[in-house]
Amino acid sequence: MNQPALQMPLHDALLALHRARAPEDVVITSMGAAREWMALGAGPLDLPLVPSSMGTAPSIGLGLALAQPGRRVIVVNGDGATLMHLGALVSITAAAPANLTLIVQDNGVYEVTGAQPTPGAARARADGSSVDFIGMARACGFRSIFRFSDAGQWAREVDRILATEGPNFVLLDVSPVPGAVGPRSPGPAAARARDLHRALSREASRD
Amino acid sequence: MFSGRAIAELFAAMGITHVVTIADSTIGAWHPAIEASPDLQLVRVCREGEAWAVAAGLYLGGATPLVLIQCTGLFESGDSLRNILHDWRMPIFAVIGYRSYLNQSTLPGDTCLVFTEPVLDAWNLDYRLITSSAQLSEIREHYDACRLAGKPGVALVAEGKA
Repeated sequence: MNQPALQMPLHDALLALHRARAPEDVVITSMGAAREWMALGAGPLDLPLVPSSMGTAPSIGLGLALAQPGRRVIVVNGDGATLMHLGALVSITAAAPANLTLIVQDNGVYEVTGAQPTPGAARARADGSSVDFIGMARACGFRSIFRFSDAGQWAREVDRILATEGPNFVLLDVSPVPGAVGPRSPGPAAARARDLHRALSREASRD
Repeated sequence: MFSGRAIAELFAAMGITHVVTIADSTIGAWHPAIEASPDLQLVRVCREGEAWAVAAGLYLGGATPLVLIQCTGLFESGDSLRNILHDWRMPIFAVIGYRSYLNQSTLPGDTCLVFTEPVLDAWNLDYRLITSSAQLSEIREHYDACRLAGKPGVALVAEGKA
């Protein structure tokens, strides 16, 4: 597959999700998505994964979805991060939590380190074709698979997709952000983990 | 050294809800009993770096996970455990199989014996070495102590032939 002709701005992609998510949803973001999500305003049940071990956001989402089956868990992960832990796609579909949606924003580069191409990007590959994330998701057994290159169409469909029984896989073709930097930690990670743990435990006890 | 049933009963008594795991020849023999336990949910992952992260999500969501992997998986998963256990300070407990500790006939000179304990020390993980079946209760004692202290911990369980 070649890079799609149309790519949506990352900001627009996340703005549509920001408007569609419910307050009780958990949204996990990493790297560039975490930076943009925090700028839009992260909710008290969100987890901007900063600092991170790159590629682990979908696995954290899997654990959260299993622990809180009555709550929607949405993970926004980069293409490079997804390639780091491809096995996570299989682990997710093995457990198959119906409340998990994995969104992969594909810009073909490691954006925050200077936009070097990933090994999955067309321009870094001997055959000039990018890897097929949709095909991977299908082969791994995701129940519902979606792809969007146009921000308007994504914005129109996002509510329906989040309401679809999962695990869901969404590929968003996004354009790299020129000169983008890594996300800055919004505060001590341990305190944020403790706060989220308490908030989710409190919410779970109300269910 | 331990039967699957003994391990499953132990984990259930510890209050564990989810066992996040990859099999080896010792741990894999425990899986059926863990899976059969009404108190435990077995969560299979493909690589050990995932295991710490899945456990982190379970913990954040109010569950009580345990990571069950071999020492080779400990070696593989360093950055993930660094992030989860040290950056985010989540008190995840792990039972880690110590390959070849009791028997090196399959892998003479297995370097797992050289590196496992220094690696645990390097990651500042409080571990208890379990080398005999009489020490089953020590796994729970160490778990309870770590839980009380709000810190991660490891029961390093000696294994036989690889």
